[in-house]
Amino acid sequence: MNKYLLYPGCSMESSAKAYMDSLNAIMEPLDLQLEEIDDWNCCGATEYLGINLIPAYSLIARNLALAANQANQMNSTRTVVAPCSACYLNLAKADYYMQERPSLGVKVNEALEAGGLQYKPGTLDVRHLIDILVYDVGLETIRSKVTHPLNGLKVAPYMGCMLPRPDYQNRWSDHEHPTELDDLLRALGADVIDYPLTTSCCGGHMTQIGPETAFELIRRLVADADERGAVMMVTVCPMCQMNIDAYQNEMNHYFGVSYHMPILFFTQLMGLAFGGKPEKLGIGAELVNARNALATIGVEVPITQEPTAKRKKDEGLPMPRRWSKREEGKEAVK
Amino acid sequence: MPHMTDERVRAGLAREEDLSLLNEVSMKTAGVSHLEMCIQCGTCGGSCPVAIDMDHTPRMLFAMLRAGMREEVLRSNTPWICVSCYHCVVRCPQEVHIADVMYTLKGMAIKAKLYSNSTAPDFSQTFVDMVETFGRSYELGLASRHYLRHFPLRLPGMMPMGFGMITKGRMAITPKRIKHMDQLKKILNRAKQLELTS
Repeated sequence: MNKYLLYPGCSMESSAKAYMDSLNAIMEPLDLQLEEIDDWNCCGATEYLGINLIPAYSLIARNLALAANQANQMNSTRTVVAPCSACYLNLAKADYYMQERPSLGVKVNEALEAGGLQYKPGTLDVRHLIDILVYDVGLETIRSKVTHPLNGLKVAPYMGCMLPRPDYQNRWSDHEHPTELDDLLRALGADVIDYPLTTSCCGGHMTQIGPETAFELIRRLVADADERGAVMMVTVCPMCQMNIDAYQNEMNHYFGVSYHMPILFFTQLMGLAFGGKPEKLGIGAELVNARNALATIGVEVPITQEPTAKRKKDEGLPMPRRWSKREEGKEAVK
Repeated sequence: MPHMTDERVRAGLAREEDLSLLNEVSMKTAGVSHLEMCIQCGTCGGSCPVAIDMDHTPRMLFAMLRAGMREEVLRSNTPWICVSCYHCVVRCPQEVHIADVMYTLKGMAIKAKLYSNSTAPDFSQTFVDMVETFGRSYELGLASRHYLRHFPLRLPGMMPMGFGMITKGRMAITPKRIKHMDQLKKILNRAKQLELTS
């Protein structure tokens, strides 16, 4: 029995519900027990850090303090598992910087005290879900649970950026080309393509505040996966899933291209390989549907109601606008 | 400052180096920033996937910090374009916490009201408002407030996506609230009174 504390993060209950559903579905076969941190709060994503330092770290540290208390009561684990890469990084970062810069730790604890809490940095181990699955549960165990191998499913393993970097505790095989996700997907029988952009950025919050910057990053990822023959991308992060999935249509419009590259969570593929039903794994919740991609290995996804929005008229030639319109009048970077 | 430089300054051959801005940024950054260790190698800008949209590459910005160009630095769009992908951070030979320095600069720019014409500060503030009210992020509230305020013309184009997210159960209509909001508020209020200076 592997028992851990779980920090789900806000997206797991909304935009990445499919991730949570599929995680719930694979816990039993893997003999994994995750106890949710009671009354956890948002980690602040990448927004709070840019506004005010001590409140940002105090917001994160409240979760660490609650988790440490709960770990004390459980007396069986001191590991917090975060399935979201941004949450994982924030929790790990606060824990690390409170040690690296003791004055930060002192101030954050002063703030926590106002709420009757405290946290001694280093008390907990903060780890990402895939870290637990690959290194604690182990690929052998995962392979032994596969009843419906994903043979022939060509997937692009997309690790994203905030998981393998900056990597304060040296948990990953590499910072730019880690192989954990590749290995796990191979254990499920999938045909994993070489995907050099595996840790390139999806644009993060730029889809909201500077969409043109984000669209180019999304285009590179999707185009490369497509050119290399993948029928879908596989991710470990709700933010990556959201950007590649929900903004793919807008990106297509922006560049005058027409990619159809579904992106699923790795836990959804694990669920399928363990014999789970697609609808129990949140498959069908993606906006760029994975139906055809999964049909290549004989998995049938029941049709759910699709939003029937009209597409705008495609006008003119598909010009890569970024290089014509946007670069004009901008001084070259010296 | 080395003795030789003092002599040169007195002789009027050089200006005394003013590192107060560099030190201020370094002090305000979480962790040990290593900012003063930058050797201007340019690995950061060369690794950056979005450098093309930046006013200054990180290397240039750090040189400007050293030169004490406060206003130019705080007006630069660079920290607001940074996507926190940490490519530069793991490649930097001097282990400068580049992404964290960018966060510090954003905070300083907001306080000095010097940030470039960007909707980013407002997006961050809206996000923080939601978290300070509910304890969790609230995507529908965040997205609708942000789009209404900054991109009302993009709203119609966003409707199919928003509609899809809601019908597929991926965007909640109402916010989720934590139980001990009072506790979180007390912590954040106390935290706001504290500033990292040493």
